Amino acid sequence: MTDDLETFRAETREWLEANVPASMREPVRGEGDANWGGRKADYSRNPDQKLYMDRMAARGWTVPDWPVAYGGGGLSPAQAKIVREEMGRIKARNPLNSFGISMLGPALLKYGTEEQKLEHLPKIARGEIRWCQGYSEPNAGSDLASLAASAEDAGDHYIVNGQKVWTSYADKADWIFCLVRTSKESKQGGISFVLFDMESPGVSTKPILLISGYSPFCETFMDNVKVPKANRVHEENKGWDVAKYLLGHEREMISGMGLAGPGGNPLIEGAKASVGLDDDGRLSDPILRAQLALFEVRSKAFTAMSERFLDELKAGRAHPAQPSMMKYYGTELNKSRHELVMATGGSDALEWESEASNGGAKPRAWLRTKANSIEGGTSEVQLNIIAKRILELPS
Amino acid sequence: MPLYLNDEQTMLRDAAQQFVGEAAPVGHMRALRDANDATGFSRDLWKQFAEMGFTGILIPEADGGLGLGHVEAGVVLEEVGRNLSPSPFLTTAIAAVEALKGTAHGDRWFPGILAGETVAALAIDERAKHGNAVGMQAERSGNGFKLSGKKQFVTHGHVADLLIVAARTAGSPDDADGVTLFAVPKDTAGLTTDPQRLADSSIAARVTFDGVELDADAVIGDVDGGRSVLSKLLNAGRTGASAEMLGVGGGAMDMTVAYLKERKQFGVLIGSFQALQHRAAHLYAEMEVARAAVLKAQQLLDAGDARAAEAVSVAKAMTGLAATLAVQEGVQMHGGIGMTDEYDIGFYMKRGRVLAEMFGDSNFHANALATAAGY
Ligand SMILES: Cc1cc2nc3c(=O)[nH]c(=O)nc-3n(C[C@H](O)[C@H](O)[C@H](O)COP(=O)(O)OP(=O)(O)OC[C@H]3O[C@@H](n4cnc5c(N)ncnc54)[C@H](O)[C@@H]3O)c2cc1C
Repeated sequence: MTDDLETFRAETREWLEANVPASMREPVRGEGDANWGGRKADYSRNPDQKLYMDRMAARGWTVPDWPVAYGGGGLSPAQAKIVREEMGRIKARNPLNSFGISMLGPALLKYGTEEQKLEHLPKIARGEIRWCQGYSEPNAGSDLASLAASAEDAGDHYIVNGQKVWTSYADKADWIFCLVRTSKESKQGGISFVLFDMESPGVSTKPILLISGYSPFCETFMDNVKVPKANRVHEENKGWDVAKYLLGHEREMISGMGLAGPGGNPLIEGAKASVGLDDDGRLSDPILRAQLALFEVRSKAFTAMSERFLDELKAGRAHPAQPSMMKYYGTELNKSRHELVMATGGSDALEWESEASNGGAKPRAWLRTKANSIEGGTSEVQLNIIAKRILELPS
Repeated sequence: MPLYLNDEQTMLRDAAQQFVGEAAPVGHMRALRDANDATGFSRDLWKQFAEMGFTGILIPEADGGLGLGHVEAGVVLEEVGRNLSPSPFLTTAIAAVEALKGTAHGDRWFPGILAGETVAALAIDERAKHGNAVGMQAERSGNGFKLSGKKQFVTHGHVADLLIVAARTAGSPDDADGVTLFAVPKDTAGLTTDPQRLADSSIAARVTFDGVELDADAVIGDVDGGRSVLSKLLNAGRTGASAEMLGVGGGAMDMTVAYLKERKQFGVLIGSFQALQHRAAHLYAEMEVARAAVLKAQQLLDAGDARAAEAVSVAKAMTGLAATLAVQEGVQMHGGIGMTDEYDIGFYMKRGRVLAEMFGDSNFHANALATAAGY
């Protein structure tokens, strides 16, 4: 077994060396550097993105541990870990960022029919269809189950009406996975989980400008949208099960933001450049140095926690509410990382549009991280879940 | 290697949980303290550790031990921490054994350690804060050495059969080279110990070396090359102290969470207050992250991985932060009863502080990371 894994590692290393384009081994510097796939993707800026994604997808390595039949690599957890490690070693970028991979895919694998899996999963794996998430509504955020968007039974299809909000990338997405109310009898027990094409008649979106100056998310309006019942995942009125399962995966994905990226430590390099070193080779701002060092402790410990979490997850040993702990810690940690990025960057890190600042990448990223502890369920909500479900504290 | 305990390690944990919980629960420590026991631990208990095989956990099988690793040692240490069991386990069976392993000294000292008779102590620190500098002099004298100087925070030093001493045979205090480690039997002339009870009621000695004459064979490893032995000892000690702190922090957290579920105020269980739930949940997260960091350090040490030293510093620093939070929140959330000697939570606070200082506190290890990373 170990021998096999060593061989697998050697082959993986060789293949990645030969197939990951040089420009895909550069750090991600801004939003444009991430590839999200989909029908509306624009690869004219860097055709390597598509080349790299296609090569990885052909091996099933955009989703290494999904079954081959659904576009995956069919790898064992140990092999998938090797692929991740070897990608990290050469600082390879993520070939495809995707809500389909990290959120909808796992939910379909668990709750989808065979037809639904064969229809949607391979397109996700190949980056052909980009998905967005229609959960939140103006009056249903943390209290998600109070959602009101309705799906009326019309025989073989539903008629969906209502409004979603904070729908990330709704204007760029091809399809949406959406929570709708199919019964008013019960709050959680009246929700269904449906999929539909964003080009369906009656769907419209309106971007919302964020504090980062970007507008990645939207209001999404549904006006008599016809959704075939075949597009409902799991039973009618049982969508909450799917929604919660998917949220676990969303939290898991978001928690990854607490991790130090591969390669050197830009935080430290930034600090050296801005405050300089003293005669002993230490940062000449001792308080900043101490803050950075203590941040390193937590960041490295959290990296170990992520490894442990993934290992436990793969072995079916993780507490089902553990993603909440990961999401909470990872996002709070990532926010403090970016506070330090700003603190070390000083006035350079304040430039909003200059070429030198890569279009204000630092302040924009700093502002974006403030959403980490809101999206996918706020930190407060995660703490509630830990308290109730892990520590079993009383209501 | 996955980052969780395998089946054998889990079995060992269950055995350790049962054994330590029964043989040396918190009440055992309280009784020793109330009796103002001058040894600081129970020799009977140390023998029982030996009967369980625990004292030989790191001793190679060829030498009669179990030949296990730091993960297994940590499994036992965590239970020692959870029960606040006073014992020379960390200094003797972990740190000292790691220093003596593979040297001629093993033949002399391992049988006593395996039998639960021998106690070893570490004479490493020269200041109130643990540091890397070794200033104590070991002059060449005849075919051996003569040690002069003082050490402090020598846990169990007053009753130890063996002291492992770091001294300088060349260079100046901050140099990496020029350090030599010595195995010094307790009855050596010129050695005096001044035992002091610490806040957690354990006993650590100030040790004075007044021209202590040693044969050349007292040297552990190489003359002037003791830093590598010292590093092994410290890596083991730091990782072990981290594991023990996980137990202390985890024990405090469990007590606190249990209290939140039984104490009523305003007609409801205090655990239903969201302000307390959030703090308890945050504490849980910190402890989980610390646990992962410790297991990572243990596994890398066992694998002889070059990244082990960094992981050890992360583990010691992180458990220092997390366990300190656990004991502080523990006392606070217990309210007035948490301040009483009669209730156990305060013992966790005291033990946590001692372990946080031992082998370098969180700041020391954060500083080590920064220095290694070149800033
Ligand atoms: C960048 C970003 C991207 C997003 N992307 C999507 C997306 O793609 N699709 C989607 O459907 N949604 C998305 N969301 C929405 C997100 O899930 C919600 O914003 C989030 O769940 C919080 O809901 P809310 O905004 O209504 O805040 P509220 O629920 O109104 O919360 C306000 C404050 O009250 C606190 N609070 C609420 N309830 C409790 C409680 N029980 N205990 C303690 N404190 C409480 C919250 O923690 C918060 O601090 C996104 C959000 C952001 C910021």
